[in-house]
Amino acid sequence: MRKSFGDAIADDLRYALKACIGEENFIDMQPNKSNNYCCGGGGGFLQSGFPEERRGYGKIKDDQIKETGATYVIAGCHNCHAQIHDLSEHFGGGYHVVHFWTILCLALGILSPKERAYLGPDLKKVNVFHDEIEVFEV
Amino acid sequence: MAETAIKLGGKRKPNLLDELREMLPQGNLNLCLTCGLCSSGCPSSSFDDMDPRKFLRMLSLGMDEEILASRWPWFCSMCQRCSRVCPMQIDIPQMIYKLRQKVPRSERPKGILHSCDAALANESLSAMGTSPEDFEWIVNDVLEETQTDQPEFKDLEAPLDKEGAHFLVNQNSREPMTEPDEMVPLWKILHQVGASWTYPKTAWAAENYCLFMADDEGWEHITRKAAEVTDKLGCKIFLNTE
Repeated sequence: MRKSFGDAIADDLRYALKACIGEENFIDMQPNKSNNYCCGGGGGFLQSGFPEERRGYGKIKDDQIKETGATYVIAGCHNCHAQIHDLSEHFGGGYHVVHFWTILCLALGILSPKERAYLGPDLKKVNVFHDEIEVFEV
Repeated sequence: MAETAIKLGGKRKPNLLDELREMLPQGNLNLCLTCGLCSSGCPSSSFDDMDPRKFLRMLSLGMDEEILASRWPWFCSMCQRCSRVCPMQIDIPQMIYKLRQKVPRSERPKGILHSCDAALANESLSAMGTSPEDFEWIVNDVLEETQTDQPEFKDLEAPLDKEGAHFLVNQNSREPMTEPDEMVPLWKILHQVGASWTYPKTAWAAENYCLFMADDEGWEHITRKAAEVTDKLGCKIFLNTE
């Protein structure tokens, strides 16, 4: 947001997300949009071999997420997804991290059991498309 | 007080600040008010006893050796929160990028280096080394399975090198390599809205570790190849999913 398309696209994403999950289920973290903090997954941090500093950096993001009380976080890219997933496990927040495509397909009722790897137990069985498809956990 | 004015002899040696000067507004680091807004908003402040303001002060004082020995440039995520709040518009992340370049290529963090080199070694430009053939096979395999198991999507598409498609969509290597089913929701959304799209067979990988490596040549190579295949296929919009 801060680096490319600005707050306008952040508002677009919020519009689409609220349409999927309902206005009352969306909680913005503080600060947000262009004033938000980076999660610390980008810039090569995930691959650079400094996990202590990377998680120290991400602690701010982890605190922001916990403060919302939300159980799901939408990640904007793969680096964010991997980093926030790690933060949730490392700092024990236990929140789930998903891409927006998962939530959109869930809301549309076209998300099969195989496409739910990042959903928690509370949503694994909700609105399942082709419930008969078996998933083998690895 | 000295009887006569003291004159410093010799010519000043060029230093790091001279190299970075062109990035500064009016080439003047004295524009930094040392207000510390950069540091107060930087999640990397304090690691290795460094922060953005300190970094600028050290630069200003010519402490080149200490700066170049620091691991701190690798603790920056290039998020630009510092430069956004800087009242003097000093582009600190761009300086950090240049400092990464001062590290000999082979001595930069191995994880990033290997991913950059891996991408440059295959036509997919995949940091995980996925070949175009493997990508095509995985996409088609997942597509066929989805068409069969979810008959409402028997017409689902995941085209490769489809000429004249409106959107050229790229794909992070992580999905085809480790969680291929995660590609399907995006295909479904594109299908539902009737989008005309295609993956390219080459330069499809969305990740670009050469950028993180501060390897300008590698970064440009990856970006240029993606742009070229977009033009070659006559696609109107390059949709970077990363």
